[in-house]
Amino acid sequence: MADDLESAAMIDRDQVLHVARLSRLRLSEDEIGTMVGELSGILEHVDRIGNLDLEGVEPTSHVVALENVLRADEPWESLPRDVALAQAPEPQDGAFRAPSPQAE
Amino acid sequence: MKDLLDLTALEAHEAMVAGDLGAEEYTAAWREAAAGDELNAYLWRDEGGEEAAAIAVERDCVAPIAVKDIFTTEGVPTTAGSRILEGYRPPYTSTAVRKLLEAGAPVLGKTNMDEFAMGSSNENSAYGPVLNPWDRERVPGGSSGGSAAVVAGGLAPWAIGTDTGGSIRQPAAFCGIVGLKPTYGAISRYGMIAFASSLDQCGPLTRTVSDAALLLGILQGRDPLDSTSVGLEGGVSLPDREDLSGLRFGVPAELGHDEYDSGVRAVFEQTLKRIEALGGEIAEVSLPSSEHGISAYYVIAPAEASSNLARYDGVRYGMRAGGDGDLIEMYETTRSEGFGPEVKRRIMLGTYALSSGYYEAYYGQAQKVRTRIAQDFDGAFSKVDFVVTPTAPSVAFKLGEKTDDPLAMYLNDFFTVPMSLAGIPAISIPAGLAEPEGGGPQLPVGFQIAAPAFAEQRLLDAAYALEQGLSFEARPGGADG
Repeated sequence: MADDLESAAMIDRDQVLHVARLSRLRLSEDEIGTMVGELSGILEHVDRIGNLDLEGVEPTSHVVALENVLRADEPWESLPRDVALAQAPEPQDGAFRAPSPQAE
Repeated sequence: MKDLLDLTALEAHEAMVAGDLGAEEYTAAWREAAAGDELNAYLWRDEGGEEAAAIAVERDCVAPIAVKDIFTTEGVPTTAGSRILEGYRPPYTSTAVRKLLEAGAPVLGKTNMDEFAMGSSNENSAYGPVLNPWDRERVPGGSSGGSAAVVAGGLAPWAIGTDTGGSIRQPAAFCGIVGLKPTYGAISRYGMIAFASSLDQCGPLTRTVSDAALLLGILQGRDPLDSTSVGLEGGVSLPDREDLSGLRFGVPAELGHDEYDSGVRAVFEQTLKRIEALGGEIAEVSLPSSEHGISAYYVIAPAEASSNLARYDGVRYGMRAGGDGDLIEMYETTRSEGFGPEVKRRIMLGTYALSSGYYEAYYGQAQKVRTRIAQDFDGAFSKVDFVVTPTAPSVAFKLGEKTDDPLAMYLNDFFTVPMSLAGIPAISIPAGLAEPEGGGPQLPVGFQIAAPAFAEQRLLDAAYALEQGLSFEARPGGADG
């Protein structure tokens, strides 16, 4: 199996870096190398379904046949502000504080 | 009466109802037993402090319960096995736990698990692996490994877990107990920390089928807070079926011998004979698409996970790191330090599968395979009442044996994933013991029975009759190491 992982090239270093950026993950050099090998191995296995002829088969996104579930639009109690903020890493002035989107 | 801790949850409940057993005495005995956890199975235990008061029971005791640390419990630490939620105390309680409390089942403790329920060995927990009570050098299975280990190891009378691709059934099999994954929608997912929302389902891990039925009866039901929940019409009765006459059990023709160990095969074949001795009929069924289950699952589940786990961003709750930089830097530092390797791998896999240019080839195709797998089961159930397989391809493997090979770890879910993709209920019951490949003391083997959606009562009745016929009574022997 280890040989397969090394020889397969389903996903390369640049793609791994691109996907990491989309995922908001910062990978170390070691992690990038491991990720290229492991994801390639997994994708090679997963890729078998790519060759199946599934023309005309309906995709399943939900297994239980449910119609839209509706309820009356009535207000109910929600979490008090202080409770909602109690677990925040850096609450301030009754709000969630986050760093600026733009570097200073 | 038997020793308190030898009573099944049902027996204890009945003794309490009859007035022969005091709820306080019984709960205290279990608290003391849980305090002796040497398996790293509990992440939090009720020691009678303030935290426990926050989730106190509302009536007389059924039996205290161990709860997988993926269920939110107000004021009580809830980590989902992740560093990113270390110290998190949710402001609300999940519906499953609320129902337990209302029924009189206090939370004995929160159990260790693979991080965000991603894993088949419990080695992906940020808080260290759980040890298998049968052999402490082996894994208890996963991701509900802590819940399985506490029940098998005499640290809790019963437990709940979650099953996305086998995470209740496989650890139940590895630990020699009963594990039930109900139909998708049978139990509310409200307050169950999301991994793959179209697959995640809560369920019981118990010593007996009757305990599983009692627990399912408490947990099931439609919940206005989970619009995908529908409950089980008519509720759940305790099973009392004595034989299997008139019932047909389908064995998939595609069940090649390559997929599982010879010891597992021997127990599986003996169990089929036992079914026939109990009056059941064995027939062959065809599930041709099931061999693609793992591929479809490892596209769909990571895709949903990559979306669900976007919420861990260091802003509203949980860990924050790198807060001195800009917003993106904070996000990336928090997530890179907070998530473990398997969670990162699945987020990457899911993000890739959903990314522009690959969506149809992976996610779209996997959803079609899912349809085919469900159609296969529909076809099988037109001929038989149940589909049966081994629960896992092997007995419990050694710690560290598969950690370097994620694909080998994923293939462990071979027998359990198809039912998850089809949304149907399946139960694993302990059927016998087998030597691991490579030798060593005998370990439990699970037998999986799957039924059509919402046929839980029939499934439990049949599993009960088979359980009585098998009379599996082995217990972990190596309590001292």
